[in-house]
Amino acid sequence: MTDLISRSTTLGRSTETPPPRMQSGRVELIGGPPPGPASIEAVDACAWFGDHLVLEGVDLLMPAGEVTALIGPSGCGKSTFLRLLNRMHELIPGAALDGKILLGGSDIYEVGRRAQQIRTRIGMVFQKPNPFPAMSIRENVLSGLKLARIKCDDKDGLVEQSLVRASLWKEVRDRLDRPGGALSGGQQQRLCIARSLAVQPNVLLMDEPCSALDPTSTGRVEETIAELRGDVTVVIVTHNMQQAQRVSDHCAFFLAEENQPGFVVEKGLTRDMFTNPIDSRTLNYVQGRFG
Amino acid sequence: MTDTYEIVEPVVGTTPVSSQFGNGSVVRSETNGGRNSRRPREFTSADVWSLAGSAISAACLNWLIFARFSSGAGWFGILLCTYVTFVAIFAVVTADRLGRLVAVDRVVTVIVMSAGVIVMVPLVLLVAYILVQGVKALRLTFFVHDQTGITPVLPATAGGGAHALVGTIEQVGLALLWSLPLGLAAAVFLNESRSKWRRPVRIFVDAMSGLPSIVAGLFIFAVLIIPFGTSGGLFGFNGFMASLALALVMLPTITRTVEVVLRLVPDGLREASLAMGASRARTVWSVVFPTARTGMTTAVVLGIARAVGETAPLLFTAFGYDLMNSNPFSGAQESLPLFVYRNIRKPDVNAIARGFSGALVLMLLVLVLFAIARFIGSDHSKRRNARASKNKVPAKNATPLDLTSTMFKGDLQS
Amino acid sequence: MAPIRAPRLIHDEPSRADRTFNRVTMAAGLSVLVLLTLVGFFLMWQSRQAIQVTGPWQFLTRIEWRTDVQPARIGVAGLLTGTVLVAFVAIVIAVPFGVLAALAITEYASARLRKYLIGTVDLLAAVPSLLFGLWGFLFLSGYVVPLSRWLTENLGWIPLFKTDAGASLTGSIFIAGIVVSLMVLPIVTAIVREVFSQTPAGEKEAAFALGGTRWGMIRTVVLPYGKGGIIGGSMLGLGRALGETIAVALLLPGVPEVSRKILQNGGATVSGFIANRAGADSFTTSGLLAAGLVLFIITLATNMVASVVVSRSRSGVGVEI
Repeated sequence: MTDLISRSTTLGRSTETPPPRMQSGRVELIGGPPPGPASIEAVDACAWFGDHLVLEGVDLLMPAGEVTALIGPSGCGKSTFLRLLNRMHELIPGAALDGKILLGGSDIYEVGRRAQQIRTRIGMVFQKPNPFPAMSIRENVLSGLKLARIKCDDKDGLVEQSLVRASLWKEVRDRLDRPGGALSGGQQQRLCIARSLAVQPNVLLMDEPCSALDPTSTGRVEETIAELRGDVTVVIVTHNMQQAQRVSDHCAFFLAEENQPGFVVEKGLTRDMFTNPIDSRTLNYVQGRFG
Repeated sequence: MTDTYEIVEPVVGTTPVSSQFGNGSVVRSETNGGRNSRRPREFTSADVWSLAGSAISAACLNWLIFARFSSGAGWFGILLCTYVTFVAIFAVVTADRLGRLVAVDRVVTVIVMSAGVIVMVPLVLLVAYILVQGVKALRLTFFVHDQTGITPVLPATAGGGAHALVGTIEQVGLALLWSLPLGLAAAVFLNESRSKWRRPVRIFVDAMSGLPSIVAGLFIFAVLIIPFGTSGGLFGFNGFMASLALALVMLPTITRTVEVVLRLVPDGLREASLAMGASRARTVWSVVFPTARTGMTTAVVLGIARAVGETAPLLFTAFGYDLMNSNPFSGAQESLPLFVYRNIRKPDVNAIARGFSGALVLMLLVLVLFAIARFIGSDHSKRRNARASKNKVPAKNATPLDLTSTMFKGDLQS
Repeated sequence: MAPIRAPRLIHDEPSRADRTFNRVTMAAGLSVLVLLTLVGFFLMWQSRQAIQVTGPWQFLTRIEWRTDVQPARIGVAGLLTGTVLVAFVAIVIAVPFGVLAALAITEYASARLRKYLIGTVDLLAAVPSLLFGLWGFLFLSGYVVPLSRWLTENLGWIPLFKTDAGASLTGSIFIAGIVVSLMVLPIVTAIVREVFSQTPAGEKEAAFALGGTRWGMIRTVVLPYGKGGIIGGSMLGLGRALGETIAVALLLPGVPEVSRKILQNGGATVSGFIANRAGADSFTTSGLLAAGLVLFIITLATNMVASVVVSRSRSGVGVEI
């Protein structure tokens, strides 16, 4: 296990032979990220937009294969923090950061690393579902491979596997060639999850994935997250505290005072934070006294 | 091929520091509120060396081939081959260094950026050429004299284009008089009313913007001048006829541009006004127009800039004339573009030089109008933004640049 | 059974101000309609004379234009060929550069470079075509002729690049096409740029988050989205190229002919041809009007197709054509 994680620090072209299948039934990718979940850790992470400091001094370990929820009122930097984790933050003009983000122990912002490669190992699902409408469902699922030039000998198997993991297979198995935009909101979001899973990332980030969905779809997505446990490290930002309680193993509570940068008030096991929080602010938040 | 790299040590201070180590990426560090922020960058020093190296080796290779082994290739052939070789070498080098995926991305970046640069070249060459050639014969007398008594023997600085300037001002002025009120009212009709005639009118206006301007001039010539103007007078060759032809060309453009400007006014403002009990007319007058005022002014100024440069409609209507004629309603009249056009085609060198001075004046006039339009637009949006940030209201921009594009999208002929 | 519900008719008594407003604007709209109908009608009426003498089919297919014989033998086939060829060269050059420039502006350039690029394109649109023609005629021509020579010597086996031995290479359709392309470029760039800038940000983010490079993202999201805009913009540019008058009048010799040899001297376009015959007699004018009408119809058709293509596509919904 540690062997694989240390192998994840290779830079440049991935010409190494992939290690043997870890779990049974996993479709093999050639030139893709090393399989298996990885831990991701933020060390003293800070974020700026221009001169405006929005996040300060976040230290957080999100253990491999487990689900970590980021909770807190809106505007305190949770989504910004999430975007630090897969190097999407730097796409915004004027954005800057400090601190380290360690994927399996090595800093993803190290000089010489390529953001594009990092993003094949750390996937993201967005708040508003964004499948590619010009592509069919099948092409959508495989788009990640095309974009990152990852090869796969068993494309049909991979499509089926990803859609099964995203709890969408049964609904679309006989219309894989229909356009990806012709699905309902909840189905689109699950398609986006399948798309992210197809490249077999080590970590999956989810930015309020259910906030635009109806309750039934929300339930399906939460089932998916539960099944991903052990395969993929999941970090989910959510406004819904009950959801955080339902799906996550660990929790981190973010807060930002007026005109101050966001920071982590408290973090730990979910059940501890909700039944017996240490900080009074955490207690007030989980009891719904503010939001 | 494995990369060697070192971690950057942030330097305390406000000047950005870039580090270059082997394949390392450039990281700019600055102090920011007591901490050192980093902005990861993708383009490294190694990339710069790859680019430069590829360019140099491509140039050398092509020089070798063309100078030694081949002959009679034009400048274009050499340039093209050098560029292609450069891209090929760069592609191979980057593919070896960073893999095919990144190599394709970098090559596309190079191609796109070179296209952007190439696009700027003709404009620079054109403006420089007109400037250089026009300045030779341009004197202040240009703005005072006309072409009375000019023979091919006289130097290019003799005479002037005052008659042309007067003609342009009068013709464009009259054309504005015909087309602006009608165009404005039509734009208001299209955007602010709820009539069922809107659709046909819009289709007709769009269709008419496709009328070639030469046909507009020809039309006036055939329908008004030939039957009624054989003996000169109001329907003979004169500035008035030219203004009619110009108005025919300007009307669809003004209508469409003003309509776009009106459409940019948010509906919320109209709703608020109607909710307070204002009639539709008052809403348009007191709410929509003031909000759209800058955009409309910009549209008008741009319309003038276009009309000033129109030559084709004038050929059949104003016809051109060498002497000052300040009466647009009688007698052939000169205009600035006509002046240039007629002089450029004459065989003697001095006339051509005179034409160039006219061309320079025309170009400067158009550029000045253009700059005024931009200034009006940006000045307003700057003031609006300043006001908005004071009131903490999000500011909305009808960017003057977008308006220019809309304006010239309607420019389908000349 | 529940009673069927039907909505009530709404009445609104317009105020006096509103009545006047409606009347004035309606008058403006309708007078524009009437004016343009009159223009169309008189165009057709006036060209009737020439068409009657030559016959409509002959007018469209005859190449020569001779008013000195009786009955006059005039036709637009040569003129149309020249028009189409010049427009073709212009489009072939302007569309790729326009799309690349639009990509540069929206996806690649830094804020400063973007300002310069946009300014350049807008200035190219602002400069009167007379100045383009002048520059092309007296400056560019000299530099393009060696290029034409290189093309015909090295690639002369391509039918388009063949030239007659010893033919002059100035005043060619090729040079005219290059100059016209500079006038088409701003139109294509403006429309394609607007379309590219409206690409949904969510899809672009998704492409990056999946590990795509910038080109991968453009290929997957921006270009499919902008397809309609690219086609529409090209067709609008085509309409512009077909109607270009002054630059062509200065560059081409204006002799109607049907020839594929774009690199050598020769050719005429409809509008350039008309421009060179200012002040002609009434019969020639009628013929010229007929030629102008044909050109107008072609340009109209091109623009209508462009509008339809753009409005039907995903990207065109917000775009103004």
